[in-house]
Amino acid sequence: MKKILKLKKDTRKNLITYGMIILAFLIVRFLSASGNISSAFRGQLVPICVYIVMAVSLNLTVGILGELSLGHAGFMSLGAFTGVIAAIILQGSVSNPLRLAIAMVLGAVIAGIAGLVVGVPALRLRGDYLAIVTLAFGEIIKNIINTLYVGIGENGFRISMVNAESLNLGERGTVIMNGPMGAVGIPKLATFASGFILIMVTLFIVLNLQNSRSGRAIMAVRDNRIAAESVGISVTRYKLMAFIISATLAGAAGALYALNFSTVVARKFDFNTSILILVFVVLGGMGNIRGSIIAATVLTVLPELLRAFNNYRMLLYAVILILVMLVSNNEQLKNMTKKFKGFFKIKRPSDLKGGTARE
Amino acid sequence: MKKHRIFCIALTLVMSLAVLAGCGTSTQQSTAIKIGGIGPLTGGAATYGTSVANAAKLAVEEINALGGLQFELNFQDDEHDAEKSVNAYNTLKDWGMQVLCGTVTTTPGIAVSAEAYNDRIFTLTPSASSPKVVEGKDNIFQLCFTDPNQGIASAQYIADAVLGTKIAVIYNNADAYSTGIYEKFASEANDKNFAIVSVTTFTDDTATDFSVQLSEARNADADLVFLPIYYQPASLILTQADAMGYTPKFFGVDGMDGILTMENFNTDLAEGVMLLTPFAPDASDEKTVAFVQKYQERFGEIPNQFAADGYDVVYAIYEASKKAGIKGDMSAADICEKLIKVFTSSDFSVDGLTGENMTWSTSGEVSKAPKGMVIENGVYVGMQ
Repeated sequence: MKKILKLKKDTRKNLITYGMIILAFLIVRFLSASGNISSAFRGQLVPICVYIVMAVSLNLTVGILGELSLGHAGFMSLGAFTGVIAAIILQGSVSNPLRLAIAMVLGAVIAGIAGLVVGVPALRLRGDYLAIVTLAFGEIIKNIINTLYVGIGENGFRISMVNAESLNLGERGTVIMNGPMGAVGIPKLATFASGFILIMVTLFIVLNLQNSRSGRAIMAVRDNRIAAESVGISVTRYKLMAFIISATLAGAAGALYALNFSTVVARKFDFNTSILILVFVVLGGMGNIRGSIIAATVLTVLPELLRAFNNYRMLLYAVILILVMLVSNNEQLKNMTKKFKGFFKIKRPSDLKGGTARE
Repeated sequence: MKKHRIFCIALTLVMSLAVLAGCGTSTQQSTAIKIGGIGPLTGGAATYGTSVANAAKLAVEEINALGGLQFELNFQDDEHDAEKSVNAYNTLKDWGMQVLCGTVTTTPGIAVSAEAYNDRIFTLTPSASSPKVVEGKDNIFQLCFTDPNQGIASAQYIADAVLGTKIAVIYNNADAYSTGIYEKFASEANDKNFAIVSVTTFTDDTATDFSVQLSEARNADADLVFLPIYYQPASLILTQADAMGYTPKFFGVDGMDGILTMENFNTDLAEGVMLLTPFAPDASDEKTVAFVQKYQERFGEIPNQFAADGYDVVYAIYEASKKAGIKGDMSAADICEKLIKVFTSSDFSVDGLTGENMTWSTSGEVSKAPKGMVIENGVYVGMQ
């Protein structure tokens, strides 16, 4: 115990984050095994994991790199459809967990490549312009996928942009992606354990990056670009690094998401989904990884918990969102938590600054 | 200080709503069969979900008033989203759902039917029309036509009644429903007595201006425009065609239903529009008249085809349950096996609002006759 207290503040904070996730995983596992968990909650476990990864990875771009990205769902979409194609092609040739892993890795790689392609021109832009470009990217991805027909049949793997018939799959072929009808017949490979592993990998990457030399360079670029350039930090390189890692993780999350449902359509990953994830990040606090995790979990579960209120459900959800915004920026409440923290007398002098949203 | 006050007001609002929401929950009946419903009650597709939910509620009330077999309905919102739909499904499972009436829309329907297939819960969907919803799942049945069937029926109808020789098609190529109908229509049109002279598309994001599509149809001399789309974009097409003085015949499918009750739409423009729909609220048969009257009294609007589908679903489940001798204390899996047997048996048929003698094949698709309607003086009239 003493050892933990002696550790650097950042390390201790990170350990708490890991511990929180592991504890939550064990509790849910235990409850699930003893049958004390509703099917409504069980069905949400994988989506919760996915949204946590999405929120943490977007936090890398928005909070740590300080660039507003409105197209995060676009990367998720790429990962989702790549993952689905991989999973269906590999059907029967490898075991299920391996198939899921391959699908997630491929989804991550493709999304990462897209991140590079978008990032190189887009990251030359700053502020609002980058937001607009990423927004456009998300919409472009959505529209391209809506016109894509992909299948596997006698002639092997085929892609078309006309219609499903033009794929010439033969009688025993399967259409994997059917234009606006999306992908259907997806094997349900995603499990809570795989979601947990993905969160841990994400945390490992993001938290270590944040505390590394590169991470400090990224934050230096965020805080003052000119000053960072003057000490020899390559702005483009570090911006790209953060952006691509963020896109890659989103791709993996997308693959996991798609493999949890038997169908996925491109329009799911529209502007609204990007904004939803941005809301998680903003409410959790920009740059605050633990905050993102909590916000993503609570805001994913909340609409389902509010089902008891029937028609008032979405109204209540909105009211609660506004309340959270007000509460987290309320001076009196902040003072109260300060006093509360002082009561326990743990020496954390710089804590009062951390965890609040950047304006 | 002011912020503080707003915060207090908001908190009060939440609390009072929480109290309000406690009211209005239905009474529990231990012997009633628990029917779950899933559909969009909020969001862009809310019209469809609300119609189905209202009509299903009406049907359940009627059935319960008859005595005998009792139903209990719980309808959950899915916002027309697969993820939310599976959540709604799981919530209903926790509630103890024995039969599922849903989902209303297609994409959520594919996700939910896969779950219902694994859990062995009997499912009859009112309006999820893609064949993928029922494909390969023995306990999932449809009450509506499948999208390809609508495309085929439309092509046949246009050819048989010689409604036009040069056809233009405007469809939504970002929508599963619209694309599904168009693809079959196009392949069916090959050996018919008309030609498709113009095919133009739009997406949900560009569904505000149709001048390009309409100009192309006019330049191609199309005398009939086929619109396998929902009524909101269709209403814009009609308005814009009128503004540019282009007056072809318009032919829609069941998504066109609802155009007459749309707010801020001049229904004069819909005069002469033809549509293929299984239900017309102005039909003079006893059943439809009684249903329309009750629905209007209760919910203050004329029911559309989705409402009729929802009503028929509950009655189809009721007829089948009676025949199979189902009781409220049976497990969902037992009910499922019994209902499958009844639905696929050759002597089971349902006379509903959306068709006489509806029967089901083992694939889960319904067989019934489509009805051609034309809008005259602001109401649907059966096409001869």
